[in-house]
Amino acid sequence: MARTVLPFGPQHPVLPEPIHLKLVIEEEKVVEAIPNLGYVHRGLEKLVDIRDFNQMVNICERVCGICSCIHAVNYCMGTEQLLSLEVPTRANYLRVIWMELHRIHSHLLWLGLFADGFGFESLFMQFWRIREKIMDVMESTAGNRVVISVNIVGGVRRDLSAEQTKWILEELDKVEKGVRQLESTILNEYTVCKRTKGIGVLTKEQAHQLGAVGPTLRGSGWAQDVRMTGYTAYGDLDFEPVVEHDGDCYSRTKVRFREIYVACDLVRQAIAKLPAGEIAVKVKGKPDGEAWTRVEQPRGELYYYHKGNGTNHLARLRIRTPTFANIPPLLAMLPGITLADVPIVVLSIDPCISCTER
Amino acid sequence: MFEMTKNVLRNLSGKYSTRLYPFTRRDPYTGYRGRLEQNIDECIFCHMCEKRCPSVCISVDNKNFTWSCDPFACVYCGFCVDVCPTHCLSMSNIHRSVTGERETMFYQGKPKPKKAKAEKAAPAAE
Amino acid sequence: MLPNEQAVTLENLLPEVQKRFDEGLRLVGLTAVELTDQNAFDVLYHFDKDLNVQHLRLTVPKEAPVPSTSGIYFLALLAENEIKDQFGVNFQNILIDFGCALYMEPEVVTSPFCKFTYVKKSAKEGEE
Repeated sequence: MARTVLPFGPQHPVLPEPIHLKLVIEEEKVVEAIPNLGYVHRGLEKLVDIRDFNQMVNICERVCGICSCIHAVNYCMGTEQLLSLEVPTRANYLRVIWMELHRIHSHLLWLGLFADGFGFESLFMQFWRIREKIMDVMESTAGNRVVISVNIVGGVRRDLSAEQTKWILEELDKVEKGVRQLESTILNEYTVCKRTKGIGVLTKEQAHQLGAVGPTLRGSGWAQDVRMTGYTAYGDLDFEPVVEHDGDCYSRTKVRFREIYVACDLVRQAIAKLPAGEIAVKVKGKPDGEAWTRVEQPRGELYYYHKGNGTNHLARLRIRTPTFANIPPLLAMLPGITLADVPIVVLSIDPCISCTER
Repeated sequence: MFEMTKNVLRNLSGKYSTRLYPFTRRDPYTGYRGRLEQNIDECIFCHMCEKRCPSVCISVDNKNFTWSCDPFACVYCGFCVDVCPTHCLSMSNIHRSVTGERETMFYQGKPKPKKAKAEKAAPAAE
Repeated sequence: MLPNEQAVTLENLLPEVQKRFDEGLRLVGLTAVELTDQNAFDVLYHFDKDLNVQHLRLTVPKEAPVPSTSGIYFLALLAENEIKDQFGVNFQNILIDFGCALYMEPEVVTSPFCKFTYVKKSAKEGEE
C-alpha cells in the first residue's frame, strides 16, 4: 500500500487556532501523525525582563483569550506566595465566582465549535446565544466581555454588590434552563452519536501514561480534578469531579456538558457563602524565592513556576498549559481513524494553541 | 431522532434574540471600561500612571507639564485610574468612537502655584 | 527550594525517573531555568500522584549533554524539544527530535531565552 503524507492545518475551518499535523495516510486511514507548532509563538515568558511583577498580571491574562481570568489568578497566587501575602477571604470567593463563569462560557464556546465541526451550524448558534448572557454578566460586573482584568496581586479590583449578585443568579437560571433544553440535542441526537461514539478512543492506561489532563483524562475514567486540592475558596465548596469511562469523543463531550451544571452550582454556593470583608491587601516587598502553583483551567491542569530574585522583575516565569500536555494523547488517538474523523478528534481535546505556544 | 425539531419550533414561536442595531441600542452598563478621560487641572505629574501602565502608552513630563497617551496602544485596563492619587483620570462607560486618522491624547497643564506664601503667612500670623 | 524536592545528578537521573514511572506517578512537566551566576541550567521535573506533587532538580553546566527521559515518559519529548529550542539544553536521544525547529526557524542559532546567550550545538556542527 502506498502511503501519502497529507497536511492538516495550519489553516482549517474547524480549528480556532493554527496547528500543523502531518498525517501519514494509507487508503483513508491515518497511520501516524507528526505535529508542528510555532505559528503563534509570542515569547511571553521572556517579557518578565522588561515588565515588573505588577504589570505581568495583564500579560498573563492575554496568554489565552477564553480562560484569561484563570491564568491571572494562577499568576497572582504564585506571586502572593513569593511575597508571603494573605489574600482576604472575600477576594478568594470573588475569584471563584469569576473563574467558574469563565468555565461555563468556555465550555459553551467549545460545544458550539464542536457542533460546527461536524456541520451542525444551528446548534452552534444556539449554544453561542446562551453564552451571550454570561458575556453580559462579565461586562456589567467586571468591565469587559472577554479579558476582564479584575485580578491584581493581593486580591481583586472590583466588588459585587447585593443587587449584582441577585442579577447574576437570575441570569444563571436562564443559562441553565437554556442548556437543559439543548441537552437531548447534543447527547441523544442520532447524527451526533454516529459521528462521536467509538471515535478517537483513549484507554485508561494510555491516558495516564501519556499525561493527559482535564476532560481528556476524566473522559477516560480517572477522577482527577485539581480543584480538589482546595486553592482559593474551593476548599469550602462542595463538588465532585465529573467522570465518564468510555474514552471516546462522546465521553469527552458529556464530561464538558455536565461540568457546566457543576459550575452553575459552584457559583450559587459561592454567592450564598460570600463573606464580608476587604477585597485586596497592600503589596509590600519584592518577590524572592521559588513558587509552584497549579489550577484547573477548562481544558485541564495549568501550572506556573515563579522564581524571584529580590528585584521588581521576576527571574523566571514558566507556564505549562493543558493543551501542551494533551498533544501526546492526541498523537496516540489519531492512528486507525479515517480522514473524515480527524477534525472531530482534534477538536475533542479542546485545542487552545495560543495557550500552548504563548 | 428528532431532538432538534423541538428547538426549531420553540425558536419559531418565540421572540427575536437580536436587536435592530443601529435603530435600537442597549444602554451601556455602568461598570464598563470605555474611553479614558483626563482632567489636566488636577494632575500633579507624579508619574504613577506611567509606571503602572502595562502597555506603556502614557508619557508624563513634569518639566513641561504635559501628559500624553496613545489611545490605540491602550488596552483599557483601567489600572491608571486606580493608582492616580488625585483621581484626575476617569473612564466613561461609552466605547471610544471610530476616527478617521490616528490621534494622540495630549494635554498641556499649568504649573501648580507655589504654597510658600501661604506657609510664610501662617508662622507670621502665629 | 520547593517543598518535596530532591536533587539529582546526571548519573542517577534516569534510574530516579524510572523508579517514579514504576510507582505509577504521572509526569506533569519540565521546567528549565537559567542560573546566570553559575553559567549553568537548572532542569526541574515535576511528578504527581493523586494530587500530591514531587520535584526533581538537575543542575547542569551549559554545554553538558543530558539524557532524555522520553524513552520512559513519551510526553517528555515535546517539553524537551521546546527547552532545546529556547534555552539550548543539550538533550540526547529524544525519540522525535525536531532539531531546534519546533518553534524557531532554522536560521535562529542563539538561544533566545537566556540572558547570556550562546550558539547552540546544532548550528556549530552545521558550520563545521
